[in-house]
Amino acid sequence: MNGALNIALAALILGLAVWSVLTREMLAAIIGFVAYGLLLTLVWVQLQGIDVALTEAAIGGGLTGILLFGAAARLRGSAAAADAEPAPARVRWLAASVSAAVSAGLIICVFSLPDPAPTLAPAVAANIAVTEVGNPITAVLLAFRAMDTLLEAIVLLFALIGVWSLAADRVWGGRPGPRPVPDPNGMLTYAARILPPLGLMIGAYIFWVGADYPGGKFQGATLLAAMWLLILLAGLADAPRISRPVLRIGLIVGPLAFIAIGLTGVLTAGSVLAYPDGFAKPLIVTIELALLPSLTLVLGLLLLGTPERSDEQ
Amino acid sequence: MSAATLFGVCAALLIGLGLYGLIASPNPLRKILAFNFVGSGVFLLLGSIARRGAAADMGGDPVPQALLITGIVVAFSATALAVALLLRLAAVTGSATLAEVQPAQVHEHADGT
Repeated sequence: MNGALNIALAALILGLAVWSVLTREMLAAIIGFVAYGLLLTLVWVQLQGIDVALTEAAIGGGLTGILLFGAAARLRGSAAAADAEPAPARVRWLAASVSAAVSAGLIICVFSLPDPAPTLAPAVAANIAVTEVGNPITAVLLAFRAMDTLLEAIVLLFALIGVWSLAADRVWGGRPGPRPVPDPNGMLTYAARILPPLGLMIGAYIFWVGADYPGGKFQGATLLAAMWLLILLAGLADAPRISRPVLRIGLIVGPLAFIAIGLTGVLTAGSVLAYPDGFAKPLIVTIELALLPSLTLVLGLLLLGTPERSDEQ
Repeated sequence: MSAATLFGVCAALLIGLGLYGLIASPNPLRKILAFNFVGSGVFLLLGSIARRGAAADMGGDPVPQALLITGIVVAFSATALAVALLLRLAAVTGSATLAEVQPAQVHEHADGT
């Protein structure tokens, strides 16, 4: 039964991917990508990665889909022109043979993976009690491999600095996105009034249960960012000026708290990002709580993009 | 065939497909989309390897699974940066292609209009 479901899932995601890459319509390709992301979530469930499934649904399909939709809508005229001249046949043949070779090589690798598979699961199971969190993924993200998570939070900030630095000089420090045009009777406005309280609650819940069950700050922050974006899209509020000090403080509070707690570990536990005995869980929850607003802001602002208008205009 | 092997093969095909789109699509936005297919194929391959490492009452090896969460978030930030670069290119040159751009054309619109 599960075998048939898996084969159907694999066929569906491959079919959607082929269609998405080959179709001539840009918007259709993106819709294919979003549907693919949602089906991929089911694949993650089948692979026993519920935390990954939540992240894929929220970020892989959801936020990336909105980002590409926005870009496609703004590039409509020029993108159509670029589509009009397809790559020459020899380039396509060359690309197809390179891709086929890469796929074939990887398939050989898949079938020659070592058996029994190397795994760190027993090591995590043996040491998870020390961290006092119940979700092994959270234990890996914030205790065993905390350095990766810290660097990731910083990479997100760097990406945002990159996006912001593309602003033209005269709008530097201004607001991203087009000026909001509220439509008081629109369906979007209605959704933007009804959904955010629910989204806030679900986001906070997903964040909070992350310590012991699937969920956590990334998935929670994405939901909170989505609610914020919904309000902005409906025109109920304007995007913030990127020069606002409150915004900048909100962006760096998470990484700074993470670094501060990490450095305190040198004094209290003898190593960077180590937690003293008995304080692991409170410190992990503190870091997650500090990262939540920073991640929400950085994900939302990455999606809003480069500043385009200053208040004087 | 186990679920891990099946989706491992599926991941290998997705990477190839994304790579084809990345090389053969003339449209930069299509290239960004294809890049995301390559990325998600790589994630799926790592996920199938994590599934093979199931042990100690866990459905998969939690270390690669945690790295996947990090990877998905970083891939989103890279996509956001790529899209911002593309939109800026379109704003400056008036067209979103990777064809050669005349320097004079760039100068004219360099103030971001």
